[in-house]
Amino acid sequence: MAGLEFIGVRKTYPNGFRAIHGVDTSVADGAFIVIVGPSGCGKSTLLRMVAGLETVTEGEIRIGGRPVNALEPADRNIAMVFQNYALYPHMSVFDNMAYGLRNRRTPRDEIERRVADASRILQLDGMLDRRPSQLSGGQRQRVAMGRAIVREPEVFLFDEPLSNLDAKLRVQMRLEIKRLQRDLGTTSLYVTHDQVEAMTLADRLIVMNAGVAEQIGSPLDVYAEPATVFVAGFIGSPAMNFLAGTPVPDGPGVVLDGSAQALPFPLPSSAPRGKVTVGIRPEHLEPVSRDAATLELAVDLVEALGADSLVHGQLAGDGQGPAVTVRVDGALRVAAGETLPLALAPERVHFFDAGNGRRLV
Amino acid sequence: MLLVAPQIVITLVFFIWPASQALYQSVLLEDPFGLSRKLVWLDNFTGLFSDPIYLESFGRTIVFSVATTSLSLGIALLLAAMADRIIKGTTAYRTLVIWPYAVAPAVAGVLWFFMFNPSIGVLAYCLKAVGYDWNHYLDGTDAMVLIILAASWKQVSYNFLFFLAGLQAIPRSLIEAAAIDGAGPLKRFRTIVFPLLSPTTFFLLVVNIVYAFFDTFGIVHATTTGGPAQATTILVYKVFSDGFIGLDLGGSAAQSVVLMVVVIGLTVVQFRYIERKVAY
Ligand SMILES: Nc1ncnc2c1ncn2[C@@H]1O[C@H](COP(=O)(O)OP(=O)(O)O)[C@@H](O)[C@H]1O
Ligand SMILES: [Mg+2]
Repeated sequence: MAGLEFIGVRKTYPNGFRAIHGVDTSVADGAFIVIVGPSGCGKSTLLRMVAGLETVTEGEIRIGGRPVNALEPADRNIAMVFQNYALYPHMSVFDNMAYGLRNRRTPRDEIERRVADASRILQLDGMLDRRPSQLSGGQRQRVAMGRAIVREPEVFLFDEPLSNLDAKLRVQMRLEIKRLQRDLGTTSLYVTHDQVEAMTLADRLIVMNAGVAEQIGSPLDVYAEPATVFVAGFIGSPAMNFLAGTPVPDGPGVVLDGSAQALPFPLPSSAPRGKVTVGIRPEHLEPVSRDAATLELAVDLVEALGADSLVHGQLAGDGQGPAVTVRVDGALRVAAGETLPLALAPERVHFFDAGNGRRLV
Repeated sequence: MLLVAPQIVITLVFFIWPASQALYQSVLLEDPFGLSRKLVWLDNFTGLFSDPIYLESFGRTIVFSVATTSLSLGIALLLAAMADRIIKGTTAYRTLVIWPYAVAPAVAGVLWFFMFNPSIGVLAYCLKAVGYDWNHYLDGTDAMVLIILAASWKQVSYNFLFFLAGLQAIPRSLIEAAAIDGAGPLKRFRTIVFPLLSPTTFFLLVVNIVYAFFDTFGIVHATTTGGPAQATTILVYKVFSDGFIGLDLGGSAAQSVVLMVVVIGLTVVQFRYIERKVAY
């Protein structure tokens, strides 16, 4: 077992494209770490550098304290699950799993034992003789995982392993991966663009944007205190509402642009007095009686999801107020054209510098 | 119907008609001046297979096609594997390698003929320098090597293109997965790349054997004219020399029919295989 360290890791592709601008972090042994970010932000690049499939331009990657920059993929003691599974199409399920062990001259009975164990855990028992083309998407996914676990590596690498599955299977496999990783206790690095997957799987989350690790922390910390507007908007579903505002010159409040209402919540006095971005999560706005309301929403559209509903509308103001989404209990009856009185707890409001997007503490 | 008409006409004129002529002639005994002919049924064929010179030519043809096919496939695969590693999408290298294919067989033959010419050829000179006295006018083995080289050289580019396309169709992630699984470059090639390339290889195998059997007349004619002492008289050349020089029209036609049967056989095998084996 081994931890994982990134020390000033940068990547510039041969064509001059700078894909990673410097990642510094370390992962404890046995942790499940998830890199999440939009497509093209450099997640796969980072993962492939750990695997040894891309060179590290600058900085160092260590596995179990051992620098691996110069090592071949085979010598890093890692196993990887690819997005398209990358199963060997001309080999049976058994041979797919055994291939890596045979290359390492594992004794035959040991190979058979490990493959049998893995196929039991992954419910692949009756399928060891089949070719990958004779399996369903979910089964191929399991074979890809089996191929990784029989090797008993120090680190598992996953590159969007669930993105080719349908929604239901994805939720099921997500649970299985989480359970498997907990039982095996192997350090895992998992890449995804899906923030729900990221939140549910991660012990530790790295939110990436355009080659930069914007925030690194536990999923709940990242959710509760997003470091930047980007992280705030990316983590959480439906996405956080962002409202442009100006601090009241010598009072505590913030006046929202296009709205007559001053938010009664004080901006920390240490904060600069420039323009701010106010962030409010849809689930933190609460429908209340008219007297208790601090904000009013002119309802435009309601999406009823059953358990809860998403109410879209504008904050009341002179003319067109800022657009806001609120998540309310599914039992609440509200229709387009009505006004919805809302309240929210002061500590749930996020303030960001409108210039650089950073959180104002 | 109108749209396929040209295709049908071409097939009739250039394939069906000559083929039926060959079939017809192969059962006749005819004097060289075409004055008298006699139906002899299969005598021409039994004559062929009891003729030691024909059987010897058959053996030579097999040596020639096996050598040409393996040489051209081997070199093409090597070049394609290198191209697949080095260039990704650059066409310069590919264009360069395709040139030989555009060269007519006779010209290819002449090119190699000059390079190996015992008195003026650059390669013959080099061989002499390392102590080998090359002379394909006198030495049957040298002559055979010469036509094998010329025939393979011309075919390499065709094979290369197919191999390169086949290699580029193999998903990169498979190779990467194998690398992580601890297989070195050679092992990856042997256990992953080569098996996945087998449909291409099989297709090219048939194409190249057919080429070596039928399409190499020009090369032989331009370099060795079947000699010395019949050492390079492969079947397709024997058809010509027996028919047009020896004027044994019936025997020559029977030889054509034998060649035709070989091609049809190979083609059938190929279609059978492709039907069965396309998807793994
Ligand atoms: N081999 C390469 N050469 C040049 N640029 C590349 C290469 N591979 C990826 N990139 C670029 O690097 C960026 C990050 O890619 P990637 O790590 O695959 O993103 P992600 O996995 O987050 O979607 C993308 O903009 C992509 O176009
Ligand atoms: Mg990716």
